Amino acid sequence: MITNTVLVLVLPFVMFLFLGLAGVKMPRKTAGVIGVVGMLITTVLAYWVAIDYFMHHPGHEQISAEVDWLNFTPKLVARMGVLIDPISAMMLVVISTVSLMVHLYSLGYMCDHHGHAEKGFQRYYSFLALFTFSMLGLVVATNIFQMFIFFEMVGLSSYLLIGFYYSLPAANHANKKAFIVTRLADLFFLLGIMILTFSTGTFDFKELVGLGDMAASQRAAGTMDGLTFLGIPAVGWALVFIFIGGAGKSAMYPLHIWLPDAMEGPTPVSALIHAATMVVAGVFLIARMFPLYVLAPMAMNVVAVVGAFTAFYAAAVACVQSDIKRALAFSTISQIAFMMTSLAVSADGGQLVGGHEAGLGYMASMFHLFTHAMFKALLFLCAGAIIHAVHSNENDKMHGLHKFMPITSIAFLIGCLAIAGIPPFAGFFSKDEILVACYERGLGWGLWMSMVAGMTAFYMFRIYYLIFFWKKHEVHTEHEPSDQPWTMTLPLIILASISCVAGFLPFGKFVTYNGEVLETHMNWTVAGSSVGIALVGIALATWLYFKENPKPERMKNAMSGLWEAAYRRFYMDELYQFITHKIIFQGICKPIAWFDRIFIDGFFNKLADLTGNASFAIRRVQGGNAQSYVFVYLLGALLLAAVTGVVILMI
Amino acid sequence: MDYSQFLMMPQEIGLLAVFLLVFLYDTFMPRTTQRALPLVTVVLFGVYMTWAFLPPSMGKCFGDMFEANNATWAMKNILNIGVFIVLLQSVKWTNDDFVSVRRGEFYELILLTLLGMFLMVSARHFLLFVIGLETASLPLAALAAFEKRYYESREAAAKYVMTAVFSSAILLMGLSLVYGACGTLYFSNLSFGVTATGGVNWMLIVALAFVMAGVGFKISLVPFHLWTADVYQGAPTAVTSYLSVISKGSAAFAFMVILVQVFGSLYQEVWQWMLYALIVLTITVGNLFAMRQRNLKRFLAFSSVSQAGYVMLGVIAANEVGMASMMYYILVYIFSNLAAFGVVMAIENHCGKVTIDDYNGLFKTNPWLAFTMMLAMFSLGGIPPFAGFFSKFFIFVGAASTGSVAIYVLVFIALVNTIISLYYYLLVVKAMFIRQEECAIDRFRSHWTERLAMVICVAGIIFVGLASCIYTSLTKLVEESPNLFLMI
Repeated sequence: MITNTVLVLVLPFVMFLFLGLAGVKMPRKTAGVIGVVGMLITTVLAYWVAIDYFMHHPGHEQISAEVDWLNFTPKLVARMGVLIDPISAMMLVVISTVSLMVHLYSLGYMCDHHGHAEKGFQRYYSFLALFTFSMLGLVVATNIFQMFIFFEMVGLSSYLLIGFYYSLPAANHANKKAFIVTRLADLFFLLGIMILTFSTGTFDFKELVGLGDMAASQRAAGTMDGLTFLGIPAVGWALVFIFIGGAGKSAMYPLHIWLPDAMEGPTPVSALIHAATMVVAGVFLIARMFPLYVLAPMAMNVVAVVGAFTAFYAAAVACVQSDIKRALAFSTISQIAFMMTSLAVSADGGQLVGGHEAGLGYMASMFHLFTHAMFKALLFLCAGAIIHAVHSNENDKMHGLHKFMPITSIAFLIGCLAIAGIPPFAGFFSKDEILVACYERGLGWGLWMSMVAGMTAFYMFRIYYLIFFWKKHEVHTEHEPSDQPWTMTLPLIILASISCVAGFLPFGKFVTYNGEVLETHMNWTVAGSSVGIALVGIALATWLYFKENPKPERMKNAMSGLWEAAYRRFYMDELYQFITHKIIFQGICKPIAWFDRIFIDGFFNKLADLTGNASFAIRRVQGGNAQSYVFVYLLGALLLAAVTGVVILMI
Repeated sequence: MDYSQFLMMPQEIGLLAVFLLVFLYDTFMPRTTQRALPLVTVVLFGVYMTWAFLPPSMGKCFGDMFEANNATWAMKNILNIGVFIVLLQSVKWTNDDFVSVRRGEFYELILLTLLGMFLMVSARHFLLFVIGLETASLPLAALAAFEKRYYESREAAAKYVMTAVFSSAILLMGLSLVYGACGTLYFSNLSFGVTATGGVNWMLIVALAFVMAGVGFKISLVPFHLWTADVYQGAPTAVTSYLSVISKGSAAFAFMVILVQVFGSLYQEVWQWMLYALIVLTITVGNLFAMRQRNLKRFLAFSSVSQAGYVMLGVIAANEVGMASMMYYILVYIFSNLAAFGVVMAIENHCGKVTIDDYNGLFKTNPWLAFTMMLAMFSLGGIPPFAGFFSKFFIFVGAASTGSVAIYVLVFIALVNTIISLYYYLLVVKAMFIRQEECAIDRFRSHWTERLAMVICVAGIIFVGLASCIYTSLTKLVEESPNLFLMI
């Protein structure tokens, strides 16, 4: 199993090197096909690993193999290895599935309308392989140090792919923004790692948290007993910092600002990185460190509050966006916030909540991660097909596409039903369990998240109707929009099928915080009410957006202030702009730059001058005259003896 | 005589066998087959190099004059790798019209000098050490003069002979002082003999300084380095690359053994202070001169002077960590420097251009050569994640492991010098990638042997740093070697 896991990692990396180095030598399509085949093998291996693990290890123990990489001190050793446990096995499946779908889909998507592959096709596939490698490496990391390395690498490959169209200024701005924001967050992650490992003396997940091993976590947290800063225990600080790292990648408020802009990348990239895999890295990180978070109620509360607020905020913004990819991006933020909240509400005051269903939130969160990856990738790929057909992201260029693109329309509808939480689609099961977990923590949490679930249903169907119905489609381009080639349609059908049936997986048997089977029971009150509220959201959307009518316009005018604020994402970007440009740049950077120019640069310029002058001054020694060489040699030897002798013997 | 003693020296015997086969081929094979001689040598040497990786034999022989242990085994294998790359690089050059009549001599002399270096590495008696040193020195003069149609090559050889002979004289002078003071030339006896003199005295300080000067000449420590630039520039590039890494590496290892074993106990502080001064001078002066050079071979000569200073950081530590990090540094240095010389050689063979300005715009015409050169420069400058970064890191760790404040200061000086060195390494990169040139070196395809050598070097630059097992196993080999640091 370990061998296969290593192969799962090696294969995408080899594809990256191969396509990156030899790609330019081959026809574009060939490179793409090689990429797809490589990914197909990777996927088969990943499934094999996961099935092998869940079949043959009913106890769900952690299986790992590692080698020493850097010996910092005899105790603190950075290792490289692979760790298979329920969540990493599940993530292997999620990542490889979505990645394979995206690889296949891109064969059709990354072509112009004559069917010729775009410039940089090979580069695109090599970056996709690099991303897949990094993401797989992240989830199987055996220690937090290795995880950090891969955390950075997914950030890098995300940067490369957002900026794939590097000649477009918008893409360049977007990838810089994404990279800077997530790097800033990663800085906190690194700080957290340092605080944590300074006390515990280990990077190793097995020693830090084990598999829901509360005793190990107790020990790890115990090494920090008595260490406090500003009245908050050190372990709390460490975990909050680590959460900030995760929040950067997972686009939690207020670090979410990069994700909507990241939609400048090719749409399949958005589906893979900014909907299904990389953005859940933060959730995965918290899940990995879950037992420690349980023991640090302060950190857990931060996660819960940030998660719950982000869920609402992003849903509100998603309700008014006109760019479909941006609307989907905010929907992603909101759904990830669901997962975060779900993780966080499973513990309170240092204890797991929920009696015999303890850890339900953890399981629900992972379940939602799984189903969301599938249906959100589906929605993004549908959006890609639509954008490919009408050459625009704006929904006023779409309208009424149902007649032209029936397969895409149905697939999108399935995605919407799944995310809205309508049974029997996948989202219903996972979201329902999240809501149950929230209600167990407290009525307020439950009501809040139920409201957000209702908003989810509303905004998704709003988008759906505006794309596929509303009014008759006006053809803007030279071609009539139609369903796309099979390479793009097949992934839609596969993902739609998964979204239909994935909910019936007995997830509690496979993935729980401690590896023990968690029997879940349908809570009919919660299930009924959440379906009810979802139906209300859908009905409202149908009433407003199914057919062209003036109601939305009137509503917009009636609440123009609020509408404008939501459309502009509650001015978060402007706020950042103000803080960075007006406060940080003017107030902090300028004085520092002045100091740097005058003193630091001055010092080094002087040093450089000095070096240069010294270099000029001593050049005569090297005159090319062999006699003088011998003379200097002898002088050197004698001086060496004389000076040492005088210093040692006389003084 | 007990012939089983020869079993202690499988690497030397294997090398000798390769030499004899090449010699026989050169002498007796018909003229038509001579063009294949370089490749035959490469293949023979490759086979021997692989075979030499067999587990080491340990022990002393020939009246304890010669010692084989894990550390010498590893050091000789490192040298083998370097020589293999040098041989591979010179295949095309030795088949050139002017050189081809003497091509056999080139390979024979290279192999013989390597044998001398092996003796230096394993010597535990000053007599054997001097024999090894001379075997490794004198043929190099012939090699430097190999392109004797060129004035520079002849001049280089003349200068080399003159300074080498002088340094040998100084070394022998130092050794006779040692003998006079202690009455023996065995390293193991000397360590007691030196202690038995009762205290630090003038005679041994002078002896120590002269030994340092003699060996420092081979490693080109400042102020014993002045021959370096002229010889490197004038000698054929294949010889220069051999001089800059192999000859230096073997001398550094032998130097460390002598210092810790012979002058280990009583004089440790004395030689550490001497070496301290030499290191500061070497790194700084090497850098200051490297900045001004426009000729790449001269540039690499001064860069190698400065790099030698870093190698000595491992020596000054005088412990296992220092020795392991020194060997690791030499290994990485072999890959980085030979990559740089490989590019220089390929371009020189193609069009004879060797100044930095000639490299303007190289990236446009020969991207792979420019890329290889860039990696070499990054590695020499110590930019992560290339091997040069790790080797610098470990050698600093090795030096700092002594825990003395003075050495922390030394490490700091070395760090500042690393920054200065980046300036001139990046000058080359700037020339290749940023400067525009109308008449840049035209696009060409180097000989496959040269390309193979570059590929090996690039792989080394990229992977030797990341594969931590190499450094770890070197540490282990050194720690498992008996008798290395016994005298301390």
